[in-house]
Amino acid sequence: MSDTSINTQLTTGDASFGDYFSLLKPRVMSLVVFTALVGLLAAPQPVHPLLAFASILFIAIGGGASGALNMWWDADIDRIMKRTQSRPIPAGRISEQETFAFGVFLSVFAVIMLALAANWVAAGLLAFTIFFYVVVYTMWLKRWTPQNIVIGGAAGAFPPMIGWAVATGGISVESVLMFTIIFMWTPPHFWALALFMKSDYRDAGVPMLTVTHGRKATRRHILVYTILLAPIAIGAAFTAIGGPVYLAVSVLLNLVFLKGAFDIWRRDEATAEADDYKVEKKVFYFSLLYLFGHFLAILAQAVLGAYEFGGWS
Amino acid sequence: MSLPRVEHELHNRRKSRNVGLGLVLGSFVLLVMGMTYVKLTAQNAAAAAAFEAKQAAEQASQTGASD
Repeated sequence: MSDTSINTQLTTGDASFGDYFSLLKPRVMSLVVFTALVGLLAAPQPVHPLLAFASILFIAIGGGASGALNMWWDADIDRIMKRTQSRPIPAGRISEQETFAFGVFLSVFAVIMLALAANWVAAGLLAFTIFFYVVVYTMWLKRWTPQNIVIGGAAGAFPPMIGWAVATGGISVESVLMFTIIFMWTPPHFWALALFMKSDYRDAGVPMLTVTHGRKATRRHILVYTILLAPIAIGAAFTAIGGPVYLAVSVLLNLVFLKGAFDIWRRDEATAEADDYKVEKKVFYFSLLYLFGHFLAILAQAVLGAYEFGGWS
Repeated sequence: MSLPRVEHELHNRRKSRNVGLGLVLGSFVLLVMGMTYVKLTAQNAAAAAAFEAKQAAEQASQTGASD
């Protein structure tokens, strides 16, 4: 007897191009591209458009590669969390080994290509960012401490510094300020999300602040970080990347963000549950606008500055 | 009589992967060519500027010596 049946089940190795692309976390990559581009354009040295494009592309690929390595390491908790169950590994479209190889190859490729397109300082920063996100955040901090988001947020804060280094070949006060804005913004942004995605993190056993220290403490932390963020973000207005336009935008965005953080702090859990975390969701979505607005204002200052208009002098 | 060819989901996935990879590799080749051209042009321009500056300095020193 011969068996002529054909296995039509979808197995690993049958992934589409889109599945591989989704391993790179395109939404995170878009933030990396935008902030790195602003860092590059705000820098005082001009870069050839093609080299600027190539550099941003390789920074994006490096960021995406670290996202793939994050999915490889976190495949076990991605299977548990509702938000991540449709990712290629939990869905069975790509194997863990293949994801690891894909992530490592793209990491090395992106660092070497950035060194060729720009310089070794930018490439070194990119390599450190990938190491920090994959090893320090994903492998070490994420499952160990509720401060995971605080320290791990540094990985997401590096792209504007890398963009700046592409143009200048170094690090300066302005690039460190752009780093600090994202670094201080990350905790209130993610903790607002953790407040209304509560079961996901608890089920996966990730020690989010909401799980280890309670929701009241998380609300307090959001307020404290938002208060600390405001002078840093507004203070950048008085450096080479700032100006009157940036100052106006920053003051407005910080006032709204502070008001939101204060509202979150004032609320108790019963009130929040009653209106399905309306304020927490509003603050979370506003935090995206907050970061986008600040970097757009830095970009606007750079464009105005190119026409010798918009600065303080 | 031939049966109508039915494209299976699996074939579509493989095709999208192959076409995507082809486009990525093609774009990469073009990008490296462009980067090489820009880098070489910039290096040539810098070398030419340095050469002209050196010649001008030599001429100036010769003129100074003959005076």
